[in-house]
Amino acid sequence: MSDVAPISIAFAAMPITLTINGHERRLSVEPWVTLLDLLREREDLTGSKKGCDHGQCGACTVLVDGRRMNSCLKLAVSLDGASITTIEGLAEGDRLDPLQQAFMDHDAFQCGYCTPGQICSAKGLLNEGRARTRDEVREMMSGNLCRCGAYTNIVDAVMQVLESRGQIKEAAE
Amino acid sequence: MNRFSFTRANSVPEAVRAGGGADTRFLAGGTNLIDLMKENVERPSALVDINRVGLAGIEERPGGGLRLGALVSNADTAYDRRVAERYPLLACAILAGASPQLRNAATNGGNLNQRTRCYYFYDTATPCNKRNPGTGCGAIGGVNRIHAILGASPSCIATNPSDMCVALAALNATVRVTGPDGEREIAFADYHRLPGDAPQHDNTLRTGELVTAIDLPDEDFSAHHTYLKLRDRLSYAFALVSVAVALRMEGDRIAEARIALGGVAHKPWRVPAAEQALAGQPASAENFDRAAELLLRGAQGQGHNDFKIGLARRAIRRALRQAAAGTPQSQTDKRIA
Repeated sequence: MSDVAPISIAFAAMPITLTINGHERRLSVEPWVTLLDLLREREDLTGSKKGCDHGQCGACTVLVDGRRMNSCLKLAVSLDGASITTIEGLAEGDRLDPLQQAFMDHDAFQCGYCTPGQICSAKGLLNEGRARTRDEVREMMSGNLCRCGAYTNIVDAVMQVLESRGQIKEAAE
Repeated sequence: MNRFSFTRANSVPEAVRAGGGADTRFLAGGTNLIDLMKENVERPSALVDINRVGLAGIEERPGGGLRLGALVSNADTAYDRRVAERYPLLACAILAGASPQLRNAATNGGNLNQRTRCYYFYDTATPCNKRNPGTGCGAIGGVNRIHAILGASPSCIATNPSDMCVALAALNATVRVTGPDGEREIAFADYHRLPGDAPQHDNTLRTGELVTAIDLPDEDFSAHHTYLKLRDRLSYAFALVSVAVALRMEGDRIAEARIALGGVAHKPWRVPAAEQALAGQPASAENFDRAAELLLRGAQGQGHNDFKIGLARRAIRRALRQAAAGTPQSQTDKRIA
């Protein structure tokens, strides 16, 4: 046996600390609980949606330490110490995040079910700072499906925010 | 998902000590493993979380080349400046796969060890020799549009789903592993295996072994490469056929050629004879046809996937043309040049 035993508690809840939307939360979580289920079922943060629960639709997208990930494919216990941002954490008081405002300005949804994931994904895209054209936005938002087909307006909304931040590259032709 | 014990390893030796059980699994990004656990395809009794063991950097190798840590995310690997400049084929292949969210979570080691996306492998109500050895293959005689045309066996016609691995095969990467019996290196061509009569083994890792790094040799194919991926939608879909090409050109002649195919076999598909046939030859349509013929020798459809043979032939020709011209396929503008 090693001198320092690894943390191992069979079939029992484990203590973890997550910072969720700026609030530190000390939680006790069974190993098989996904981040998505933790957020929705225990933290009452139901903005992140369970679409496919298999990493194929993007409706559960949240930011983990500022990077977008599918929360349905992360075990909460593996994220001990991480900082999580969900759709509920984007606005500052009554002031919407520019992406939220842009989605409203461009009517970038119909049923709205994919929207929290779309907006969190777009937030991740902005943090990455690599998308500067429509084609790049389309490619880098491809992890978020919209069964209503609001893609055109979603790209418009993301482009509006990129433009306001001076991150647009003019088309070559 | 079944219940399991969870151990967080804080070092590689600790992970190896904790990870020796036959139904223990190492947890890295989790993007494939957690999905398989939700489907009850994987039912581990124990998970060993390796996200805090280190192995999270990209380093220059003493003799040249790069060492990609097993725990570096696919996204961080593709966007690493050294990878993008010196191994653009690898960066392109990674960015052709999955979605930004998945690439942020998925790791290099996990990419190598991801399982097939064969629908019968995922469906526990059907027989599958890979999932339950000896039960048969639902895909043979079943719905097999996405399945293998090369190297398949009467036991299994599944394909390896990775894009990254197709590039790593073409680049002659080496997989570094460690386990109960110490460290060893595995040439990329020997890492994944053909199904034969033991399709439950995707690769040649032994029980309890952990991938620690991927080594890229000090070779420069940055001027003439392409990763051409053909799929049912333009992004966020697995390859029906993909082609990684790396060429070293001397004037109009090909000095050295590397070609690997994805989406067509149980492992990235390379044929040394096809590459040798191009060495010293002009980059001509006839020579590209000849290489495609050699690569696809013995190709056999299963019914729904018969189209892959012709698709692969055309994709190989097109990819060789792109690489020779120094015009790699864009992973953003999906028009095929």
